[in-house]
Amino acid sequence: ELSPQEYFRSLQAGKASLAYFNRNVSPGPQPFLEQIEDSAEALQDYGISVVKVNCPDKDVSRYCAKENALRKAYLFRGNLLIREFPTDALFDVNSIIANVLFALLFNEVKYVETLADLQNVENTLKGRSNMVFAYVPATGTAEHRAVMEAAFVYGTVHQFVLTTEATLLKDAGNDEPDVSSARLLFCHCQRATDLAQPCRRTAMEQALTKLNIHRHLKLMEAPLVTEVAEDPEKVSTVHLQLGLPLVFILSQKETYEADRRTAEFVAWQLLGKAGVALLSRDLVDLNVLLRSNIALKTPDEGAAIKYLVLEDADEIITLVEDKNKVKQIQEDEEEEEEDEDEKENNNQDVQDDQVVEAVSRDKKRELRLDQVLALTEETFDSALLETSRTVVLFYASWEAVSLAVLRSYIEVADRLKGVEGVLLSRVNCWDWPGVCTKENVTQFPTVKIYEKRERSVTYDGMWGTEELSSFITLSRVSCPLKLATIDEAEGYLRGDFPSELSSYRHASLLGVFSTATSEARKAFEEAGNILSGHVTMGVYFEDDALALSHKYEVSPPALLLARSGGRSVESITVSKQSAQDMVQMIRYELLDIFPEITVQNLPRYLQLGKPFLILFSDGDIDQVEGEEMLKLAKGTPQQVFVACWLNLKKTPVGHGVLKTYFATTPLLPVLVWVNLHAGGQIFKFPSEQPITETNVLSWLEKLKAGLEIPSSTLSEEDWKPPLPAYDFLQMMETAMPELPLLHTSHPHGDMPPRHLPKSPGGDTTAQEELSQENKAEKVGSPGRDLRGTAPRLAAREKQGKKHSKL
Amino acid sequence: DYIVFERSHAPGSFFALYPRHRKLISINKRYTGKSNSEFNLRHDWNSLLSHDRRLLFQRYSRDFFPDADAMVRYLEDFASLLQLRVQYNTAIIHVTLEKDERAWNGHYFLLTDQDRQNYKCSSLLVATGTWVPNVVNFPGSEYVEGYETVSINPEDFAGQTVLILGRGNSAFETAENILGVTNFIHMVSRSRVRLSWATHYVGDLRAINNGLLDTYQLKSLDGLLEGDLEDLAIVKDKKGKLHITLRFYLENRNTSAGIDSITLPQDELDNFATRAPYDRVIRCLGWKFDFSIYNRSLRMMPGKGNKKKYPQIKPSYESRSTQGLFVLGTASHSIDFRKSAGGFIHGFRYTTRAVHRLLENRHHGVPWPSTVYPVTQLANSIIKRVNEASGLYQMFSVLADIILLRENGTAFEYLEEYPVGVLAELEMQTGRKAPSGLFVIIMEYGRNFSGADKDVFYYNRAVGEAQHAWQSNFLHPVIYYYKHLPTEHEMRLRPPDWPLPRPDAIHHIVEDFLTDWTAPNAHILPLRRFLENCLGTDLRNFFAESCFLFAFTRQKLPPFCRQGYARAQGLVGSEGLRRHAVEAGLLEDYTLMDFSGDRPPDSHGGSQDQLLRDHVIPVRPLQHLVNAKDE
Repeated sequence: ELSPQEYFRSLQAGKASLAYFNRNVSPGPQPFLEQIEDSAEALQDYGISVVKVNCPDKDVSRYCAKENALRKAYLFRGNLLIREFPTDALFDVNSIIANVLFALLFNEVKYVETLADLQNVENTLKGRSNMVFAYVPATGTAEHRAVMEAAFVYGTVHQFVLTTEATLLKDAGNDEPDVSSARLLFCHCQRATDLAQPCRRTAMEQALTKLNIHRHLKLMEAPLVTEVAEDPEKVSTVHLQLGLPLVFILSQKETYEADRRTAEFVAWQLLGKAGVALLSRDLVDLNVLLRSNIALKTPDEGAAIKYLVLEDADEIITLVEDKNKVKQIQEDEEEEEEDEDEKENNNQDVQDDQVVEAVSRDKKRELRLDQVLALTEETFDSALLETSRTVVLFYASWEAVSLAVLRSYIEVADRLKGVEGVLLSRVNCWDWPGVCTKENVTQFPTVKIYEKRERSVTYDGMWGTEELSSFITLSRVSCPLKLATIDEAEGYLRGDFPSELSSYRHASLLGVFSTATSEARKAFEEAGNILSGHVTMGVYFEDDALALSHKYEVSPPALLLARSGGRSVESITVSKQSAQDMVQMIRYELLDIFPEITVQNLPRYLQLGKPFLILFSDGDIDQVEGEEMLKLAKGTPQQVFVACWLNLKKTPVGHGVLKTYFATTPLLPVLVWVNLHAGGQIFKFPSEQPITETNVLSWLEKLKAGLEIPSSTLSEEDWKPPLPAYDFLQMMETAMPELPLLHTSHPHGDMPPRHLPKSPGGDTTAQEELSQENKAEKVGSPGRDLRGTAPRLAAREKQGKKHSKL
Repeated sequence: DYIVFERSHAPGSFFALYPRHRKLISINKRYTGKSNSEFNLRHDWNSLLSHDRRLLFQRYSRDFFPDADAMVRYLEDFASLLQLRVQYNTAIIHVTLEKDERAWNGHYFLLTDQDRQNYKCSSLLVATGTWVPNVVNFPGSEYVEGYETVSINPEDFAGQTVLILGRGNSAFETAENILGVTNFIHMVSRSRVRLSWATHYVGDLRAINNGLLDTYQLKSLDGLLEGDLEDLAIVKDKKGKLHITLRFYLENRNTSAGIDSITLPQDELDNFATRAPYDRVIRCLGWKFDFSIYNRSLRMMPGKGNKKKYPQIKPSYESRSTQGLFVLGTASHSIDFRKSAGGFIHGFRYTTRAVHRLLENRHHGVPWPSTVYPVTQLANSIIKRVNEASGLYQMFSVLADIILLRENGTAFEYLEEYPVGVLAELEMQTGRKAPSGLFVIIMEYGRNFSGADKDVFYYNRAVGEAQHAWQSNFLHPVIYYYKHLPTEHEMRLRPPDWPLPRPDAIHHIVEDFLTDWTAPNAHILPLRRFLENCLGTDLRNFFAESCFLFAFTRQKLPPFCRQGYARAQGLVGSEGLRRHAVEAGLLEDYTLMDFSGDRPPDSHGGSQDQLLRDHVIPVRPLQHLVNAKDE
């Protein structure tokens, strides 16, 4: 705020200022003053100061004295008055800035009213500089201001032309211009060579704002086609910086000229929408398909460059213009390329359960079910009474594991054909759930062996033909078998089994008890009940039991164990008294010292929780090595590890194990230490050393001392879901975004349902009816006002008169 | 210790009178092609639940729509064979409370019968049905006959013109009986007809009764009209004919004048629809619960809106205001009115059992029956239930099976047919714990499929592909997964028409034309993937050989191997099956490898696990055949 004298004294040459003369007395046009004050800061950016000149009361100087001076603002450059603005032309900040800049940039921004004027300007510019042509519906608007502000910056680079005449726009290539909205066109006159032709034009498609105009002009200034010779990942142009995509035309020496023309054609089409770069494949080593000819780089952070195969330049344009299309094309491409991978990899609806798949591939084959009697709710009880021993397989006809077991079960039936006193039968729990529930069958499959109705045993072994047949056979003989004479007992140890057991020779176990140790005997008999079917057990407790124990140098209670080879009889003193302990002990004692490990027997050794020392052998093991290993196994105190061997001929899956350990199959035989339960390290015994007890022992010492390097370590990865599930929750969300279910904290949730916005999931009919009935209830409740009814009915009649309604 | 009071001299006295024309509309389907007794209950709408196979309704009637007398006989046998303690000829006329701290619920119920005899009990189960006929009062309603007394002899209607008030099954049943002998029948009610095949609600108009719809639409003189009965008036002329007029005309009338002075609608609108006079007007407006016998202190309140004929109860079937009072049977239908089957024998037989289980837990310390399974049986236990369970099927969207996961994720507990409305109270109501998440198994129709005005026969109404299962329209199993038991607050905030609040994950088993959800690829496989992803584990089955390989090559075993093979219960599998698995690329055949130490290892390597993941030979479903889209 200055006095007139101060103001005129302060004016500097070349510096513009906007002055408003104010006389204290008049409370006059205050709103205008506010707008001026608001625009002061913006004008300052353009070097224009805004001054309020306070005229003294009696001042009669030129501006203060003027009759209507107070309704005007004055623009000075230096002390030269450039323009007087009536205050009604300066109605807001936009109009003030637009008008002030318009006045100052008189040369930079040409105002044209006719087509001829426009053409004149254009013609003079051809070959010299470019033109920015703007149409604004009126001066003093925000768009006008934006154009002027751009002109302030770019006025010296491009010629700006402004019009408020919509007719000029029509000629500028717009057939039906929307005269209410401002437009800006960039006219490429600089490169125009033919004077007869109008300059090429690129319309700005965004709204006229300072930022958009700036962006547009930046893009127009950028080279039409950028030639690049580096990895597209590293390339950055003004387009990318301004958030536009960059299209690479992948060129080769042979096609360079044509590609260059294509690039230019495309670039003109995409001007303002995307950048175009020409990439010479000969100069850059691209790791993409040779047939790819286009690459698209999007400004999104971290977005991968998409390499595409397009056939037409127009496809590039649609690609950029329709972003959805980009995605679609790209997906198609990916599908094509990854089709095979996908089929193998990522198909949720492809069965990846080996058991289910194997069973369903086998479903067309007719099973020989006649071997196995099908029981029903009606026949179950009577069937059990008919045979002394009934084996029942409880299964579900839709469940893969039980169908797999059913196949083995039929083989068992085949094998046991003709065996007296055993009936193999089955119950399909899908048909007869009542029987299964009554028999306490909660899982499929379950095999139970019934002795009439008195006793039943549930099978808890491997689901294999061999194991199941053996179990059924062994459980026919009482366990433990009571031996009457000492000869019988000795014969038992030698392997003179009851005939029905002959084909299932296992180690046999004889309990020797004196009359004083009847408690241990009872525990032994109980253990026999538990182990029935798995183990052959005999018991001898006659008076001369001592004679037997003397012979084997044990004192009763004791167990005598004859392994299936029958070479020697081991004697074990019984200290455990409970049946459970006895079972544990027997199971442990039955394990071999240096067993051949197989798929079937591994679990029994796995349960010990110890590391494994395995000798992998292609066929039977070398006798010498075997003996050395046996010595080693026997010699190790308390068996801190499981020494075993694996016959790759008999257990071919061992190849799979070796492959995991060593990637390539090592020279066989190979001795491997597997730290199964602690850390999972795999160590390989040096192949150059012969396998002898001493060598192995010293190697084990080194292992213990940490001096050996593991060949590999077993993955401790958890068993995660192999593939994702269908995400129905997300599908619902996508399909019905308004679905209230999906917003747990839905604000309407607390209200009674009829106030809820009708959801597509909601039963609208019910809601409608509800409200209808509510209405009816209100009107129809006892003691209602009848006058309320009549007009309603009358009204209904007037409007409706539909005969289907009363 | 219990006793049942029955007003009549025999059980099921309602059925001795109703339905008047004696034909039950609950189906008695004797053949399903299946022997599964649980499954067959899905299509037996008349039997009550018992352990006694003699008490199946099909032993009482061979008719698909049985005679009501068979029901009376059945109920008599049910009561006597099971030796139920029923005291007949006892009409309870008053129920009140007696405060007493020793009582289970802080009060005893005091019941008084018609002989002023008093009875006292701790829990009161009200299964009195809805037997009080709905009546409307309007001028001339004295000329109206009630459904309960109207003649059922068609001869009595010969050559008559009949107006029926109401639009339920009783109204159509009455019309059906006299359709052939009347001049014509008109039927008036407030709302449009709701066809049960369009609404999937068995209480709406059933096809067996809908002959009048034919004769109306084929212009055979019969007709349906919508209108508010409260606005009606009936005037009898000198010849005894009944004329329809509007209530408000009567109000302006000079009372002293006779019938001739009454304005009839046709006086002003000469083509008024019901201008023809009627010989008879029959009221068939249904029934409501008898609220009259309860003392105020019990606060037995009628429901809101269209549920006003039922008392207000909680989703646990307990009265809203009186602890220890449970409403069972038809009277409990407010829970699922016009939605599920809770108002009918084939529905409330299950909800009643649920109440029994709730009470067992509450008063006798007997937790809700449950079975514990290893996690490998998860998919199996669900598949078994959704294929045979009748309670889930009949009481869809109301009763649900609950799977409670045990803390270490290796086992789960299975609870059957729990009322989902009280899911939040599960731990308290069942005595079971839900420490680490739960699955809720429920059956649902497509959300926007059913309705009185819906076209349920449009093309492509059935979904055939598992990946679109969530759009299934017909009844199909839905499994909700929650990491935590939903709170009561969350239950309250659930969207309208949703049985449950937003789950952490949801799975729909695609609807099936045969309601048989045992297809390995379309039904079980997607379910397994869902369960696997909820639990974050691999639930595939493996042959023993694979488990052997994993045991030696991985530090951890998949659950199937851990719970089977590692316990010496591996699935050895027959040679044939192993071959199939090898052909499918899901099992590597190492016998084919010729190994001698110096030869380079086989090149088509990769561990077996790799094979399992990558070498799946695609089995593209036969899109056209699996689709039930077009008939």
